[in-house]
Amino acid sequence: MLIQLGINLILALSLYFPLSAGQLSLGQGGFMAIGAYVASWLTAVLGWPWPVAFAVGAAAAGAVGALVGLPALRVRGIYLVLMTMAFGEIVRVFFLNFAPTGAAQGFRGMPFVTSLPVVAGLAAAVAVLAARTAASRMGRAFAAINRDELAAEVVGIDVTGAKLVSFTVGAVVAGLAGALWAHYVQFIEPEEFGFARSVMPFTFVVVGGIETFWGALVGAAVLTVLPEWLRFLKEWRLALYGLAMLAVMIVRPQGLIDHRLLAAMRRWRPGHAKEVAR
Amino acid sequence: MLLQQVVNGVMLGAVYALIAIGYTLIFGVLGMLHLAHGEVFMVGAFVGLVVAGRFGGNIVLALAAAMLATGLLGLVVERVAFRPLRGAHHLAPLATTIGAGIALQETARWYFGPEQKGFPSTIALTLWELGPLRVSSVQAFILVAALVLMGGVHLFLARTRAGRAVRATAEDPTVAGLLGVNVTAVVVLVFFVASALAGAAGVLVGLAYNSVHPFIGVQMGIKGLVVMLLGGLGNVPGAMLGGLVLGVLEVLGVAYFASSYRDAFAFGAVMVMLMLRPEGLLGLRLPRRD
Repeated sequence: MLIQLGINLILALSLYFPLSAGQLSLGQGGFMAIGAYVASWLTAVLGWPWPVAFAVGAAAAGAVGALVGLPALRVRGIYLVLMTMAFGEIVRVFFLNFAPTGAAQGFRGMPFVTSLPVVAGLAAAVAVLAARTAASRMGRAFAAINRDELAAEVVGIDVTGAKLVSFTVGAVVAGLAGALWAHYVQFIEPEEFGFARSVMPFTFVVVGGIETFWGALVGAAVLTVLPEWLRFLKEWRLALYGLAMLAVMIVRPQGLIDHRLLAAMRRWRPGHAKEVAR
Repeated sequence: MLLQQVVNGVMLGAVYALIAIGYTLIFGVLGMLHLAHGEVFMVGAFVGLVVAGRFGGNIVLALAAAMLATGLLGLVVERVAFRPLRGAHHLAPLATTIGAGIALQETARWYFGPEQKGFPSTIALTLWELGPLRVSSVQAFILVAALVLMGGVHLFLARTRAGRAVRATAEDPTVAGLLGVNVTAVVVLVFFVASALAGAAGVLVGLAYNSVHPFIGVQMGIKGLVVMLLGGLGNVPGAMLGGLVLGVLEVLGVAYFASSYRDAFAFGAVMVMLMLRPEGLLGLRLPRRD
């Protein structure tokens, strides 16, 4: 379960990167599939060492992300949501028909790599990247675009470049999550990476709070742990999970964690401030 | 053969159109996506199934009952998943409706079980041969019901006072409100109509494929979004045309290429469409909200 939590944290952050620049992607499942299949093929068929395979898998997802991101930059808002959704479905249908990786039968044979230290290390690395980005010039550019794209452009931000970077980084991170997932369950099939999977990171980020990357982390943690806590409800478990999500959003539409809460925490524990610097 | 495929495609497309009209009406007045719409469709299919089973395969009654039930469900969804979020971030309703959708799926799975169910076989099936065409009575019923419903929606929007209020709200909710339109009532009405149409589509799809299960709404919901996009967001005639285009495209694609790529046609069409003509087939301008 901690391993799943780690993978979900990475997945949540993969959505956070493009979202911090105002771009919602509901196609992260597609990038995850690319990372998972490429890395798995490299370890299972070519016998490459896993760090190289993971890097190539994530890079492949990133390359496709950049390719999709380029035309996707022309569309925004709801249109981008629908476009990434369509992309995710196309990737799923592609792997459903792609014989070298087992098509609909799924693909197996990859070694077990995703132990807790590996996931924890990579999740921490991605979280640090998110924290550093938020504090960087690029992160502030993302935030400016998120607030008002036109104003950002007027003050001299390279909007196109920044959006492409945020989208591509998100794809790379999603690809990494896919590679980790594949080497954890050691069996992947295209249906796992469908729309439901793409929706997962979105619910993490929205429930946790879209204002800061802490929201993505908290959302992923809560929504990974919650179904386990609800296990005593047996068959009502997932229904309650859905209702809990609904309830959280009604009470806190901005998500669990927002700037105000972080500011309050900083006042409460001054030592925390440097960590949360944004 | 080609003509037969086109007829099949039109039938499928008419059902897609019913779902997409609901999406597009809701998007028109609220500027938000309703991601539990596919689940409303699923509930409609199950209500139709139960009523048809209880009353000896009376499809018209099943259709009416399903529309009433899903219409009321739509009111609940609006009250719970949309109204508390008025003025919140525009992504928040996506999360609440996903949550509501999961709850509906799981409730249906608990009540009906996860396996596929078929409509009772008592429904009379006659085949008509029109030259080279073969149309079954079920297909004819689906087509007629879908066309009647679409015609009804068109007349409602174009000719009635309430329909005019809906169009005014879609144009600009603030101005419509200032001019005396009760915007909340319009939103409630739109949710009722949109959800009832999805429920009707559920019954029709259940009849067409004779298979209903708790997760049919997921794929259908995505297809409905695709169709809405093809037609242009918030554009009702566009949704009707988009449904027909996608239905025919899919059926022809399956017939002349490969069936396993069926879904790729729809989504490929969307990506091309978004790059070349994001305002949709019939769109004249982009909606101002994005």
